[in-house]
Amino acid sequence: MDTLALKKTANEVRKGIVTAVHSAKSGHPGGSLSAADILTYLYFEEMNIDPEDPKKADRDRFVLSKGHIAPGFYSTLANRGFFPVEDLTTLRHTGSYLQGHPDMKHIPGVDMSSGSLGQGISAAVGMALSAKIDNASYRVYTLLGDGELQEGQVWEASMFAGAKNLDNLVVIVDNNGLQIDGKIDDVCSPYPIADKFKAFNFNVIEIDAHDFEQIASAFKKARETKGMPTAVIAKSTKGKGVSFMENQASWHGTAPNDEQYAQAMADLEKTGESLK
Amino acid sequence: MADVKKIATRESYGNALKEFADAYPDLVVLDADLAAATKTGIFQKAYPDRHIDCGIAECNMMGIAAGLATTGKIPFVSSFAMFASGRAYEQVRNSVGYPKLNVKIGATHAGISVGEDGATHQCCEDLALMRTIPGMVVMNPSDDVEAKAAVKAALDHEGPVYIRFGRLAVPVINDKPDYKFELGKGVVLREGKDVTLFATGLEVSETLDAAEKLAKDGIDAKVVNIHTIKPLDEELVIASAKETGKVVTIEEHSVIGGLGSAVCDCLSANAPTKVLKIGVNDVYGESGPATELIKKYGLDSEGIYTKVKEFMA
Repeated sequence: MDTLALKKTANEVRKGIVTAVHSAKSGHPGGSLSAADILTYLYFEEMNIDPEDPKKADRDRFVLSKGHIAPGFYSTLANRGFFPVEDLTTLRHTGSYLQGHPDMKHIPGVDMSSGSLGQGISAAVGMALSAKIDNASYRVYTLLGDGELQEGQVWEASMFAGAKNLDNLVVIVDNNGLQIDGKIDDVCSPYPIADKFKAFNFNVIEIDAHDFEQIASAFKKARETKGMPTAVIAKSTKGKGVSFMENQASWHGTAPNDEQYAQAMADLEKTGESLK
Repeated sequence: MADVKKIATRESYGNALKEFADAYPDLVVLDADLAAATKTGIFQKAYPDRHIDCGIAECNMMGIAAGLATTGKIPFVSSFAMFASGRAYEQVRNSVGYPKLNVKIGATHAGISVGEDGATHQCCEDLALMRTIPGMVVMNPSDDVEAKAAVKAALDHEGPVYIRFGRLAVPVINDKPDYKFELGKGVVLREGKDVTLFATGLEVSETLDAAEKLAKDGIDAKVVNIHTIKPLDEELVIASAKETGKVVTIEEHSVIGGLGSAVCDCLSANAPTKVLKIGVNDVYGESGPATELIKKYGLDSEGIYTKVKEFMA
């Protein structure tokens, strides 16, 4: 693992996020930025995938259960070579294949359409189950928001995954602590998150979502864990990398104007310089 | 009619799954703690490794089916119509319909013929709900023979399919050597010149009986079995309407959104015709033996006969 290279890539992913959302004049930058490091690690280090053959049968699967952070997902896929980075500016535009939420029918590298919260994790469970039925070795990763944990279907899926010992499944929670209406513990607290997943027979690992050493270690432990699925609770900063977006619920689903876009890109350029 | 063989289409469903399992190795069956009632238990007994009991969590089950389908499996998701189409509606729309996944929904215990369980379990809205989903095929077989044929057609069709099955044993009416099932094609069971009776599901046999009664009163009714509600056999619907001038639809479903609405949608645009919709009249069901409820709600042959007679007067 080349941590510096991953940091540089994640910074490029973040530039793609703010560029795409700015161009769309809508979309979800906050959660995209909080998940950028994990998405980068998954697609550049962890998962067995091939941008030249996005549907190869033995690939690892990824389901973005928190589908609204499509900008983060698309920027990662584009930077990984699934489609041109330049296309990110067509996000949410009429006629673009880059729909507001992930669309598996039209976007290379998207394994499942998602966006309605709570549903992606069930599809990921179905994929993991299929691998078990076929004795296939691929693994399945799904990324959830912490606000998404308020959806009952998340716990239906978790109960099933734990009960059926799906050790090829990794559920990642992007725990940035904020949802549209404010702090998750003020709106309707999902805490304690780790204890909940433990109660559903998960191997639970808590990490800093912006520390590549910890991310790497968590996924390694997940691969080594047999007989139970893994939940990675990743403590993150919403809006990470763009100074004025950090820890602000208001940047959950708001696009930067031209001035804010320029400032956001300046922040990310500065970070890029520091990584040279 | 006492000597007519009767089989519930849920039973046919379970038998069909088992029958086609070897020919379709990707076929897997999901249930939500109702395997004994939906009859997927028949499949489970023969193919335990390909039957997944998801517990009482229909929304998750629908999502699991979607995930399985992305990997090439052909999941049949089974529950009561109420839960498969109602509780999990949004999962069907967003996780199955929108990505056009190859998921088959086998929904049993549809309509008021659920009987004693009463209104909470008597789904009379499923055809309406499923019809609204783009790309969804919606079938409602009339008997044992057709139910098995519908399962086979679903297996051979790439994309989401909803099939409605019943709890009540119904007469076998299609066990004829020339019987042929074609997805999306209606079946003319009786020719007639005065009125066309479009029936679906268990109402097909009731309607055939009603047509015989009408014939005695000099009303010559054409009877068409519409086993596929979507895509509707528009050609046959339009031609029959033009031929007989009057149309009646009969279904064990709400008069809102089901076969009656599908036929009216088609005719209003192509061949405006006076239509009588016979079905559940925008009310909930209630507890009672299935055959008594069918009679009470005017969906037996006598009820159909009376309403058609009034309509023709």
